[in-house]
Amino acid sequence: MSAEIDRQIVACIPSLRRYAVGLTGNREAADDLVQDTMERAWSRIALWQRRGDLRAWLFSILHNVFVDRARANRRSLIDSLGEEEADVPVRATQGDMLEVQDLDRALARVPLEQREVLLLVAVEQMSYEQVAKVLAIPIGTVMSRLSRGRAALRAVLEGRAGASKLKAVK
Amino acid sequence: MKESGTPFTEADLHAYADGQLPDARRLEVEAWLALRPGERERVRAWMGDNEALRERLGVIAAEAIPVRIPTRRAPAPQWRQFAAAASIALVSAGLGWFSRGMAGIGQEALVASAPAARNASLAAFADRAAIAHVVYSPEVRRPVEVAADKEDQLVAWLSKRLEAPIKAPNLVAQGYELIGGRLLPGERGPAAQFMYHDGTGQRVTLYVARDVQSDGLRDFRFEKSGPVNVFYWTQGPFGYAISAGIEKIRLEALAREVQRQVSL
Repeated sequence: MSAEIDRQIVACIPSLRRYAVGLTGNREAADDLVQDTMERAWSRIALWQRRGDLRAWLFSILHNVFVDRARANRRSLIDSLGEEEADVPVRATQGDMLEVQDLDRALARVPLEQREVLLLVAVEQMSYEQVAKVLAIPIGTVMSRLSRGRAALRAVLEGRAGASKLKAVK
Repeated sequence: MKESGTPFTEADLHAYADGQLPDARRLEVEAWLALRPGERERVRAWMGDNEALRERLGVIAAEAIPVRIPTRRAPAPQWRQFAAAASIALVSAGLGWFSRGMAGIGQEALVASAPAARNASLAAFADRAAIAHVVYSPEVRRPVEVAADKEDQLVAWLSKRLEAPIKAPNLVAQGYELIGGRLLPGERGPAAQFMYHDGTGQRVTLYVARDVQSDGLRDFRFEKSGPVNVFYWTQGPFGYAISAGIEKIRLEALAREVQRQVSL
């Protein structure tokens, strides 16, 4: 019985890594996050006690670990999000590699709270109710973050956000 | 969002793009979009972004799991080592804020030592509660002195030390389970701390002390101390403060429930 649960938990690790990479934009940081998440998860598996959705539970642990870390590095995180990206001009490019880089860059420009919702919906394909549960926010907040996150991603991909952002920083 | 026949909202368009509408509603939105090329393009772009993100990040999910990510329950000794390291890291992360709080305490201690100042002020009480939360809630190995499996003994012991009957509120219906409690030095005599956690390990502490002076201001108050939110009030012989790093609105619901239970 518990072996089956353990197996299901391990089966979630690839999607936790995928989500963490999307969230942090950095593989090293993403694996740190997943490592901490799994350490917490294994030590608290007794608490989960088959209540509810195992996958949502794991993602909510990852969210808590992420929030704890973001608090600890709040300054450096805001700096890197606000400024580092703004120095890179965003323009139409050709070729697959460049398109991938554009997408990474655009995602990094979506504010963190909106990026979480966008990734859980678009990539993890969670229902809005599940997202609300994972992030412990009301569903109305899920919808507004999703809407703003999508608009932010579009703006960068369409090259509408680059110039104004640069002005804002300089 | 789901009722058919009602007008479309932005949320309907997102739910359409994400495949989260019931069939009937989906067809209605489709028909509506067919007549509005501008909206249709917008929704199509979202769907394209969903797919691009899935494709981009799908590569990561296809990789082998790196060895440093634990794929099985850790054997106990190794876990303890990690726990000790983690609690040190967490406590030091809270230190900058903690020292700010300590400066406040120094002052309060001076005030309290004057014979006229019989009672601890309510605001200083909330600060103490927040500090106790930051110090003990990250503790992995020994977050409490007496665990919840000995709840009767815990409550009897704390009631004796605080010289009045005290209760450990039950917050299971709110999703928080009692871990246990401990006795702490309060500003004027002992204070009790009960600790709770939810299924994700998020911790909440309830701090209770005697002789907390209500200063005539509103008696159910909120304070934000660094990352910690605190609701505090006086009731009967005790001051109560509930602290956690959770949203204000969720913490308030817990505080109201505690208020209700201790007045029974």
